[in-house]
Amino acid sequence: MLSVERLVKRYPTGDAALRGVDLEVPAGQVMALIGPSGAGKSTLLRCVNRLVEPTAGRVRLEGEDLTALGAAALRRARRRMGMIFQEFALVERLSVMENVLSGRLGYVGFWRSWFRRFPPADVEEAFRLLDRVELAESCDKRADALSGGQRQRVGIARALLQNPRILLVDEPTASLDPKTSRQIMRLICELCRERGLAAIINMHDVALARLFVERVVGLRQGAIVYDGPPDGLTPEVLTTIYGAEDWSEARRRGGADEEEEEEPEVDEQRLAGLT
Amino acid sequence: MTGAAAAARRWAPPPLIASAWLRRGLALGAAIYLALALGTLRVNWRRVWEGLDRGGAFVVGFARPDFVSRWVEISEGILEGLVMTVTATAVGILISVPIGLGAARNLAPLPVYLACRGIVAASRTLQEVIVAIFFVAMFGFGPLAGVLTLSFATVGFLAKLLAEDIEDTDPAPAEAVRATGASWLQLLNYGIQPQVMPRLIGLSLYRLDINFRESAVIGIVGAGGIGATLNTAFDRYEYATAAAILMTIIAIVMTAEYGSGLIRRRVQ
Repeated sequence: MLSVERLVKRYPTGDAALRGVDLEVPAGQVMALIGPSGAGKSTLLRCVNRLVEPTAGRVRLEGEDLTALGAAALRRARRRMGMIFQEFALVERLSVMENVLSGRLGYVGFWRSWFRRFPPADVEEAFRLLDRVELAESCDKRADALSGGQRQRVGIARALLQNPRILLVDEPTASLDPKTSRQIMRLICELCRERGLAAIINMHDVALARLFVERVVGLRQGAIVYDGPPDGLTPEVLTTIYGAEDWSEARRRGGADEEEEEEPEVDEQRLAGLT
Repeated sequence: MTGAAAAARRWAPPPLIASAWLRRGLALGAAIYLALALGTLRVNWRRVWEGLDRGGAFVVGFARPDFVSRWVEISEGILEGLVMTVTATAVGILISVPIGLGAARNLAPLPVYLACRGIVAASRTLQEVIVAIFFVAMFGFGPLAGVLTLSFATVGFLAKLLAEDIEDTDPAPAEAVRATGASWLQLLNYGIQPQVMPRLIGLSLYRLDINFRESAVIGIVGAGGIGATLNTAFDRYEYATAAAILMTIIAIVMTAEYGSGLIRRRVQ
């Protein structure tokens, strides 16, 4: 569904962030992209929707070559790719509802969006998504009045309101505490399953990635060095991706986390309490 | 004994200029320059003494301000000044916003950026009084020249500060808005405007009271407003009237200051 072919990105400073990356993401697959800081994970995501212009190579979404599109066609193509950000990237002085509705900007004209007169169907869908992420009562709060986890759920609702085919998720949990991180990851994965969405999730936390995804791609210095199931992340593989280190902790914590998974009620209660 | 020696370790912040010779030389040079500069001031003490009388008359005038005998001129001048101020500020804001957008490096392509920065620089280089003289020569005496002068000065001030505020915005929300497929105008409306609006409102209010004060100054060169009336009052030695005018200006500026403070707190 998404295919990346020989993608290269060189920044004007001369740093090669991506050196010929090939990646194929089938419909409905949730995959994690792991790698050390500076490996090019964020650049890869941003080259897909061309927030960063790739230097060479192709990106195809459902057969359409995104790298060849003009400005207007690119905006239309971006509607099919929802993005979720590390520091949430909400517009803080806008309300929760305005932030969510900004997911429809690619579909509505300027004056409609200027006067906040979105089509009733969009507003209805926004409310349904806010219900789904348990934030419907906060719809008129300003985004900066929310906690980190709540903000990220607004970010998720915004991305889903685009009615995308794929989610590009850039370190969704990097600024969240461990428990909220898991709730957010679980929510993203559930929503992808419900809607049959594919997702590329950039992650730092290998243990967390193991819990939620079916496929892991390891990036090192702008090239793919691992592509396979999370179980294949042996200490040797992790050393190839990140460099030499004692990996027993990351592997063991993955195991311990799975046991905790058996008490989800507590999480649900906490989520309900937050709204 | 060793303990005492350890406790006696002293510390002083390192001097700005490391060389002691250079440091003392510079201080000495500055002192000599100051002495020589003061020596060149030739003060005519007799003239100062005579001036004190006029100063005294002025202070007495302040004690008994005369709002009545020139009330028509004062009220017309103040009203004209206020009209000029509000008009010029409104026009200035309308022009400043597009120029400010163009002068923000993170929004505008290089040629547009350079052109807009050029306009801002031109506006900031010329002092209001000089611009006013120019416009009075072009359009004759009266408030039109004043409105044009103040609008021109407002553009230099607002566009520059708006552009800098836009350059300081958090790029992440703007990136997120772009990622939804938003157009450039929608990006401005959703990604940039909410971030800069409080400061734009604050700066506009601040400029409003700067413009009122400037309107009094440029009136002296014939660009309308209360300045001409004030100047006439001084020329005729009518200090009581001058005092009344100054007090009115002070009252208006303080009211504007207080009002804009209230509004600024509300929009944060």
